[in-house]
Amino acid sequence: MRIGLFVTCLGDTLYPETGRAVVTVLERLGHEVVFPAEQTCCGQLHANSGYPDEALKLVRRFESIFGSYDAVVSPSSSCVGHVRELAPELAPRVFELSELLVNRLGVEDVGASFPHRVAYHPTCHSLRVTKVGDAPLRLLRNVRGLELVPLERAEECCGFGGTFAVKNAATSSAILADKCDAIEASGAGYCTAVDGSCLLQIGGGLERRSGGVRALHLAEILAATESA
Amino acid sequence: MKVSPFPAAAEHELANVQLRRNLRAATDTIQSKRARVVAELPDWEALRDAGSEIKADVLARLDELLVEFETAATAAGAHVHWARDGAEAGAIVARIAREHDVDEVVKVKSLTTDEIQLNDVLATAGVRAIETDFAELILQLDGDWSSHILVPAIHRNRTEIRDLFARTIAPGIVSDDPADLAEASRVYLRERFLRAKMGVSGANFGIAETGTVCVVESEGNGRMCTTLPPVLVSILGIEKLLPRFDDLEVFLQLLPRSSTGERMNPYTSLWTGVTSGDGPQELHIVLLDNGRTRVLRDEVGRQALHCIRCSACLNVCPVYTRTGGHAYGSVYPGPIGAILTPQLIGIENASSLPYASTLCGACYEVCPVKIDIPRVLLHLRAEAVRARGRSAERLTMRIVGWTFESARRFTLAQRVARTAQTPFARGGLVRRLPPPLSGWTRSRDLRAVAKTSFRSWWAGR
Amino acid sequence: MSDARTEVLARIAAIPREPAPEPSRDYRVSGERSADEVVELFCTRAADYRAEVVRVDAAAVATAIVRILAAHGAQRVGIGPGLRSEWRPAGCELVDESALDVAGLDRLDGAITGCTVAVAETGTIVLSGSPEEGRRALTLVPDLHVCVVMREQIVELLPEGIRLLGPLVRSEGRPLTLISGPSATSDIELDRVEGVHGPRRLAVVVAG
Repeated sequence: MRIGLFVTCLGDTLYPETGRAVVTVLERLGHEVVFPAEQTCCGQLHANSGYPDEALKLVRRFESIFGSYDAVVSPSSSCVGHVRELAPELAPRVFELSELLVNRLGVEDVGASFPHRVAYHPTCHSLRVTKVGDAPLRLLRNVRGLELVPLERAEECCGFGGTFAVKNAATSSAILADKCDAIEASGAGYCTAVDGSCLLQIGGGLERRSGGVRALHLAEILAATESA
Repeated sequence: MKVSPFPAAAEHELANVQLRRNLRAATDTIQSKRARVVAELPDWEALRDAGSEIKADVLARLDELLVEFETAATAAGAHVHWARDGAEAGAIVARIAREHDVDEVVKVKSLTTDEIQLNDVLATAGVRAIETDFAELILQLDGDWSSHILVPAIHRNRTEIRDLFARTIAPGIVSDDPADLAEASRVYLRERFLRAKMGVSGANFGIAETGTVCVVESEGNGRMCTTLPPVLVSILGIEKLLPRFDDLEVFLQLLPRSSTGERMNPYTSLWTGVTSGDGPQELHIVLLDNGRTRVLRDEVGRQALHCIRCSACLNVCPVYTRTGGHAYGSVYPGPIGAILTPQLIGIENASSLPYASTLCGACYEVCPVKIDIPRVLLHLRAEAVRARGRSAERLTMRIVGWTFESARRFTLAQRVARTAQTPFARGGLVRRLPPPLSGWTRSRDLRAVAKTSFRSWWAGR
Repeated sequence: MSDARTEVLARIAAIPREPAPEPSRDYRVSGERSADEVVELFCTRAADYRAEVVRVDAAAVATAIVRILAAHGAQRVGIGPGLRSEWRPAGCELVDESALDVAGLDRLDGAITGCTVAVAETGTIVLSGSPEEGRRALTLVPDLHVCVVMREQIVELLPEGIRLLGPLVRSEGRPLTLISGPSATSDIELDRVEGVHGPRRLAVVVAG
């Protein structure tokens, strides 16, 4: 299957290793991954900030770039949810990574090995917009050596919310503090999720605390072949 | 009326550690009670659908239903009044009080009367309004205001309340046991219930078919206010109508489970005009607009008028549970307030409220009448941008949009950012940024722009 | 016609709106439990909200009420003018509420009523101001409310109850009070306190 990779503007710029991990996992499973170089942003930033016209322009652009692929994959559930809503014709072919693997390709074991304690944070948009369900957990349970630890109030928001994190920095920080407390209390060495934006928030909070816990995208865990 | 900007108001509230602890404990408790009683019903989703669709039908036929309600209530012996705004409604209530030579009224907790600041209007007219809901009484005695729709004094603990009672209605009270505090209010209010000549209430529902008014409550103060005084005035927001009596079978399941997390609240009172020998012999109903028709004009935003004031959205909101209700600057706090207030008073007067959300969607998930709060928030953000006109933000967003419209420009921007961050970045992290981005770095590090972007890596593969 | 009326209606009429489709009603409107299970459920749910529930034979209602009144030390008890004679307890002073003003009601130790319908799933009793129930203040002002529920008055689901009540409202405009447990508040730190302004004790006698 020819899969178009939408790496997201954030992933391209700040987290290239996440995109590389998506490529590693899919190629390991024998799929052809293509990165259309014309891609930039899906327009979610504009849609969420009150600029629907600009957002729509960017979604249309996305459609013209990705319209010809059998499937489009992205390591960001919120971008996927946004595209699905504004480009309904393309919607059935756009997947968040874990959805693509579990629901579309029927794979739960991607041959990964990651001998660490990991807490999974189900991001709000993956739960309520994209509705990835337990696909990320199914994948994590099949990673060799990985110990999944429960996270208190896992389903509560991390406080990112796009421009909310800057416009309402104090409130965003208060929400984040509780999330970081929960992650640290879980005993995990890593916190993982399926949204780079939430990991930017959580990772930023954890780094500032210097408690040694790291935020890591699900794709990177699935790409890992670390031995114990 | 203008609401002060949310970010600063929230920051002020966040500093109150006691408030945050009380809020968290309270909202956690209600949230889990709600989840338990909702899970009990196999048809909860069907009830939500019905609730949402009945409310959509009400808005589609609102003028027709209001007339139907008026006709039925009048035929049953009630006097129906109409008010374009809060001042007009207040004047009607004050006039009725004056006509009966009343200088004290007993009041059931009602957001609608808070919205129109009825107590102040009555005070100006020489009429003292006594709040009889336990929490509202506490707030009234202390000159404070509500921070939660259902539990208005959620930000107060028992010792504070004991001290307040000792200063006011129960001199000498020592115990801070909630049962003893409730007893003190029972004794204080009973005397006032028994002598009251006029009651004032809001309403949870008005039934167009029959002209019935419905008040849902727990303490019995609502029953006291609506049955003991010889004169009763109920103020009904025009969106509170339900077409048929049988529609109660949906809403009396949705409301208590969503609100207090009970299968049913202790008391629900329904009256249809005057009943000879039972209850008030003079009934007034004030149908209030006060911005509701303005909300109705907005095709996307009008779903906010479905709201039945259950407060489930507050208890699950990551923002509300940190800041509490006062930060929202209006009687309608939390996610519902963030979409209702700007529409009721105009986006230009509450432009920061639609941004007081992370768009996590937890509110929509629990809303018993399926108000798509995140969607309305986005819609109102666009309205706020339009109302603000030219701004630095708009210019920035345009430039960012223009940049994203070309991969070449985007790649260039990545390069510029990589250079620009040099003075701030250390070891792949940015620890401090200048305004307006300093908000981010005050509690978080920022991932620096990568040395090799994904696209350059891919190109060199 | 007041100006406000005309103006509010005109504001609404000026707003273009599509007619809404007929609301879907795919929720349960009739229960599936047996009659015995429904009675059992009602008793459990009413007790869940701290009502005192007693089950007796139809013939033993008065005796059960005597015991309840004694347990609460209630001597002077108000009743609706039509409370059936076989439910009237011996050994206490029964006062017809229709003869009492509010202050008179406040001097009662309790009230005894029947009900119109009861809903099992929510543990709710419904009063509609019949002669057997008295006026609304009777079950509000005194501190104890004893309510007799006949087995056949219990329905399983709220929609079943509402559909029985509709005709009473439509044809007679009867006032309704739905009661689920004694009055309560959770306003202080969400600690539930039974009994604020309404009766602090609710006893339900399920007969038959």
